[in-house]
Amino acid sequence: MATVKIPPVLRPAVSGMSEVQVDGSNVGEVLSGLAGMHPETRGQLFAEDGELNRFVNVYVNDEDVRVQQGLDTGVGVGDTVVILPAMAGGQE
Amino acid sequence: MLCPMLQARPLREPPNCCPDVIGAIGNTPIVELKKLSPKPGVRLFAKLEFYSPTGSVKDRVAKSMIERAEAEGAVAPGQRILEPTSGNTGISLALICRLKGYPFTAVMPENVTSERTELLRMHGAEIVYSEGSKGSNGAVELALDMAQKDPSVYMPYQYGNQANPDAHYYGTAEEIIKDIGDVTAFVAGLGTGGTLMGNGRRLKEHDPATKIVAAEPLQGEDVQGLRSLDDGFIPPIIDLSVLDRKIIVTNRDGIIWTRRLFFEEGIFAGVSSGAIASVAVRIANELDEGNVVFLVADDGNKYMSAGLWTKSLDELEAVDSTVWW
Repeated sequence: MATVKIPPVLRPAVSGMSEVQVDGSNVGEVLSGLAGMHPETRGQLFAEDGELNRFVNVYVNDEDVRVQQGLDTGVGVGDTVVILPAMAGGQE
Repeated sequence: MLCPMLQARPLREPPNCCPDVIGAIGNTPIVELKKLSPKPGVRLFAKLEFYSPTGSVKDRVAKSMIERAEAEGAVAPGQRILEPTSGNTGISLALICRLKGYPFTAVMPENVTSERTELLRMHGAEIVYSEGSKGSNGAVELALDMAQKDPSVYMPYQYGNQANPDAHYYGTAEEIIKDIGDVTAFVAGLGTGGTLMGNGRRLKEHDPATKIVAAEPLQGEDVQGLRSLDDGFIPPIIDLSVLDRKIIVTNRDGIIWTRRLFFEEGIFAGVSSGAIASVAVRIANELDEGNVVFLVADDGNKYMSAGLWTKSLDELEAVDSTVWW
C-alpha cells in the first residue's frame, strides 16, 4: 500500500482528500488504482494514449518517474507517490 | 616645464580590463565544500554564480539573450523589452537594458520578496504584477498576453530562448570543465531548464558518464493555484532526455540547507542553492568516489527580509506560501 499525495487541483475529484492509500507495485498500477476508486481523476491523470498527462508530474520518494521508467517505475510498500502539476520554475 | 614623470607617454590598452560591468559576467569561482561532503572519496564543489554583477546566474542568461537579439537585429535602440520573471532574470535584464538604453518591463507575481521589487525599481524597470496565487505560471501567462497585444515590445522569453541554455553550454560548462575536469555528477535547479540543458549537454559531450541531476522546488499548496492540470506549463527548452535524475525539495529542506551553506561553509546563498546543495549531498551519499558539482544560483541578500538566517524555522512566516525560487 502506497500513500498518494493529491495536489489541490485534483482534490475535488477525490472528495477533498489530500492523500489516499492505494495498492500497486508500479506507478501505472497505483494511478490506475486511484482512477478506479475516483473515476473523475482518470481524465486528468492520463492522456488518451494511456500515458501520463504531459502536465502531470509524478514522483516516487521525491524522484520524478519520467526520468526513471515512467509508469513502470516500481513502487514499494510504504513509498510515497506525489502528484504535482507541471509549473513554471520559481525565481527565474 | 613638466616633470619627466608627467610627460605624455603613449598608454597601452590595459590588458585585463572589462569594457563595462556587462563584461564582468561569467568566469565565476568554484570552491570545494569539505565540511558538507559526506564521504572522504567524494568531493563536493560549488560554482558560485553570485560573483556576478547582479549577484545571480541570470546575468549570463540576460546577456546572452540581449546580445543575440542585437546580433540578429531583433531589437532596435530604445525598444521596450518585456519579460515574465519573479526576480533574478528581471534584475539582470534591468541592469543590462539600462546600460544599453532599452526601457524594461518585468511581469512578476505579487508575492515575491520586497528586495526584488526595490532592485528592479533602482534599475528603472517598470513592474507589472500578476496574481500571486498563480505563481510563475501567472506571470508567464500575463506577459505572453501583453506581448501579443503590443507588437512593439520585444520579449526575450527565457523559457523558450535557445540563447538561455547556450549561455551555459558555451560559458558555465566550459568553466567547470576547465576548473574541475572530471565531473561525476552535476546538480542544478530546474526553472526554465536553461542551466540544466546547457551544462548537461556540454558536460555529457565532455564525458557521457556525467550524471545530470535536477533539483526542483516543491511549491507550496498556496501557490499551486491552477484551475486545471491543463493550465500547467512546461518550458519549451526542457528536454528531459538530458536529465538522469529529477528530485523535488521542500521549501523547509531548502531553508535548512541554505543555513548549513552559510553556517558551515560561509556561503551566503539564496534558498534555491540550499535546495540544490541538499540534492548534491544526497547524490554524493550514493557514490563511493567522484566529483559532485552544484551550482549556487544567487546570494542571500534578496532573502534577508524574510529572516532566513536569524529566525527559527517555526518562526518563519509563510514558508510554503512564498515563492522562494
